[in-house]
Amino acid sequence: MTVSDSKLRTELGKVKGLGTAHHGVSHWWMQRMTALALVPLSLWFFYSLVTSMLAPNVIKVAEWFASPVNAVITVLMLVATFTHAKLGVQVVIEDYVKSPFAKYALLLLNNFICIVFGAVAILAVLKLHFLDVAAAGV
Amino acid sequence: MSNPNRPISPHLSIYRKQISSVLSILHRMTGLALVAGTALLVSWLWSAAYAPAFYPQLHECLSSLLGQVALFSWMAAFYFHLANGIRHLFWDMGRGFALSAMAASGWAVVLFTVLMTMFTWGFIHSAAGV
Repeated sequence: MTVSDSKLRTELGKVKGLGTAHHGVSHWWMQRMTALALVPLSLWFFYSLVTSMLAPNVIKVAEWFASPVNAVITVLMLVATFTHAKLGVQVVIEDYVKSPFAKYALLLLNNFICIVFGAVAILAVLKLHFLDVAAAGV
Repeated sequence: MSNPNRPISPHLSIYRKQISSVLSILHRMTGLALVAGTALLVSWLWSAAYAPAFYPQLHECLSSLLGQVALFSWMAAFYFHLANGIRHLFWDMGRGFALSAMAASGWAVVLFTVLMTMFTWGFIHSAAGV
């Protein structure tokens, strides 16, 4: 056992086991879990996009999102995508931006953009899902 | 005091490019490209849901040369990041670290990206006539 293990770490710190950054392996783990989730989710969405939503016609898009399965899968895909994006871009910023001010400003901006993009996209999916295509006359 | 201009690893300028290092930096670059592309995904969803009048314009924009280049690059980035991400997940499970396995999986990722991008692009332009 090293000096730092026996003397410099508090009992609480050892029990929590979260290390100096106070969040343990959560970043690493969430990056992997969202990656795993995105393999089927993004493939399904991309496949659907290519096969049934490329016409310049909003009705085609609304028809696809009318299915509850498609709507739920897309919402899950968006949550996983923007969580994965936030975690990934965060590491790039931490690696390359040296100035503390610029670094924390960019980290906040990263969180902000990912949350706003996710919220906007999910709201649009819900609107498309509940859209009455015949009544909307789009 | 430390010298801020000291040489730091990796020494990119003198390193011979290898399949491992090139794919590694490409993973990061395609990740960033995909994030940039989400702006397009969000605009597409938003216009379909809330600005249907704008939807055909967005479609026309994407059918232009610049739009097609962007979509093609985004698709290639998607396939690369997907395949190389799966390669990373295997590494996280402790598999595929032998140099020969790593080179083989690396080239498999390149092949998958090229073939799937070409196949999908061909499918879109033959079936949908976009």
